[in-house]
Amino acid sequence: MFMDFFYTLRQLKVPVSVTEWMTLMEALSKGHAQSSLTSFYHLARAVLIKSETFYDQYDQAFAHVFRQAALPPDIRQEILDWLADPLNRLELSDEELEKLQRWDLDKLREELDKRLKEQDERHDGGGRWIGTGGTSPFGHSGAHPAGIRIGGEGGGGRAIQIAAARRFRNYRTDVALDVRQIKVALKKLRQFAKEGPEDELDIDLTIDKTCREAGEIELVFTRARKNTVKVLLLMDSGGSMTPYSRLVSRLFSAAHQMTHFRDLKAFYFHNCVYQDLYKDIYNNEAEPTPSVLKNLDGDYKVILVGDAYMAPSELMSVGGAIDYYYHNETPGHEWLSRIADHFRNCVWLNPLPQMAWVHPTIKAIGHVFPMYPLTLDGLEEAVRKLIVKH
Amino acid sequence: MSKSFDRFNGTEKYIVSPALRDVVNVAISLGRPLLVKGEPGTGKTLLAHNIARALGKDLLIWNVKSTTKAKDGLYVYDTVQRLNDSRFGTGDVSDIKRYIHLGQLGRSFTTAERVVLLIDEVDKADLEFPNDLLNELDEMSFYIPETDETIEAAQRPIVVITSNSEKELPDAFLRRCVFHYIEFPDADLMKDIVHVHFPNLEKKLLKEVLNRFYWLRQIDNFRKKPSTSELLDWIQALIAGGIEPEKVAKELPFAGALIKKEQDVEVLQAALERSGKSGPLGLRSRF
Repeated sequence: MFMDFFYTLRQLKVPVSVTEWMTLMEALSKGHAQSSLTSFYHLARAVLIKSETFYDQYDQAFAHVFRQAALPPDIRQEILDWLADPLNRLELSDEELEKLQRWDLDKLREELDKRLKEQDERHDGGGRWIGTGGTSPFGHSGAHPAGIRIGGEGGGGRAIQIAAARRFRNYRTDVALDVRQIKVALKKLRQFAKEGPEDELDIDLTIDKTCREAGEIELVFTRARKNTVKVLLLMDSGGSMTPYSRLVSRLFSAAHQMTHFRDLKAFYFHNCVYQDLYKDIYNNEAEPTPSVLKNLDGDYKVILVGDAYMAPSELMSVGGAIDYYYHNETPGHEWLSRIADHFRNCVWLNPLPQMAWVHPTIKAIGHVFPMYPLTLDGLEEAVRKLIVKH
Repeated sequence: MSKSFDRFNGTEKYIVSPALRDVVNVAISLGRPLLVKGEPGTGKTLLAHNIARALGKDLLIWNVKSTTKAKDGLYVYDTVQRLNDSRFGTGDVSDIKRYIHLGQLGRSFTTAERVVLLIDEVDKADLEFPNDLLNELDEMSFYIPETDETIEAAQRPIVVITSNSEKELPDAFLRRCVFHYIEFPDADLMKDIVHVHFPNLEKKLLKEVLNRFYWLRQIDNFRKKPSTSELLDWIQALIAGGIEPEKVAKELPFAGALIKKEQDVEVLQAALERSGKSGPLGLRSRF
């Protein structure tokens, strides 16, 4: 049962390592949390989970594994029995490794993901977990879906209730993004170079100079290393982006609040980039795209945000722009390619869920720019892509 | 249950949830650093102060800043002073030890008594900072090449690390810590907390105050949600102003003590209008 817990956590993509599991063993053998499942819940969480963003997955795993177990209020004996069994020390034996393989992890994970998504859509307050028991590939016994209640029999109930309440849903990183989280992700966007005032003492040079001056102390200062990253943010303000406008404005305000970029330029476009970029969201004040390309060096990191979802003609045709009074001599696709050619590091962030990226224009743009979902994980990947040196 | 280690049970000034209390004790008995995260105002820093007070230990505080380097916590070699002394003959420059100054982490290893070490706001420093401390926190020892000395902890300090998640911490560092996310206290725990600070507060006022406070907390659009310290300030203001409980229920007097940002005032105004309680806001005094 306890081993199941470990593997369920791993399957939910919680980064739990053997080191942490061993620490939990140490804590248990020192006598912590043997009196109740609730204290075990807190203990295991403190030792195994290192970020509140995984608390939700932890709750799910906990509810899943320990719900079916009818545990007595005092779980001391269970833990002692379990500790006594050398197998549980997690020195992974061949036998266990084989057992793991037989589970066919990928399939399990796939199934689990599917279910998680299903539940997110239903939004029934998180009271019922993935576990429609009997049909779950994780499940042991074939209980009827409707037959499983939270806080079931046995003293395990309270901890299960804590877990089943899933209070930490909002901390998950693969679901929502707030300004602060975006800032954390953007902080990784940095490249250092020596710059700014000379305010760091260079000891070697100081000694050298002082010796040359026959002991007359001569302090030599040098420049500190500073971030030199410059960012160009291009955002789609088209109609299909309206549902994501809050998300995009959070990204914008996060980028705006970042003080560690050397420069940040932001422009808007409508569905696709043509010969003009706009300084405001209503596309009033235009700046010709060629002049942007000319004025900004190729070392700007470019982040394009848009759903890339449009009529194929908007992307591929001369005069394809969606605004009736706006005529483009050069197809949008060509403009996007020019951006991709001019700037060495570009990424496209798409607020649409990845599984919806089947539309031809999304695919076509995905060939021009590496495309990532506008989630925290996607943003982090994009940032990693942006700091690659060429 | 073994009693071989110091146990933490909170102090009379600091109310601790059972979960956090257990976690603190686990960290102490395993000898691992305790990493605490949580919303601003949930008492992350105060936790270390109160562990020290409850266990009767000294507290060393290492305030991390954006310019802090890991080595600063271990020791600083004052080269300029030494150079200066050698130039002007003001000190014994042959004794290099005189120019080695231990940082807070270094000091926490060398004290005769076990101490509590608070590494405050570890996420303020550079991304590499926590990684540079891995070995020192693991082994509780470090080497000073200048004097060919190894400083080893006679008594492993109780290490409490706080983070505001401004930066993510490296995995290798996290693996070595015990982690706890301090949730915002629920109404019951908050009652206890308020009671500690205002033991004579009228029951009725407390009830209204908490009602209003949690009503504010559930408004999503605030840039900065009011936290415990703001609540305590607010109560202080209400008491000083002699405000009746009924008035707290009807309007929001001294809202400036709770809401500190201009944008949030607008959000609050809108929320009050929605709830049909758009009485005069007690904000004039502040804005």
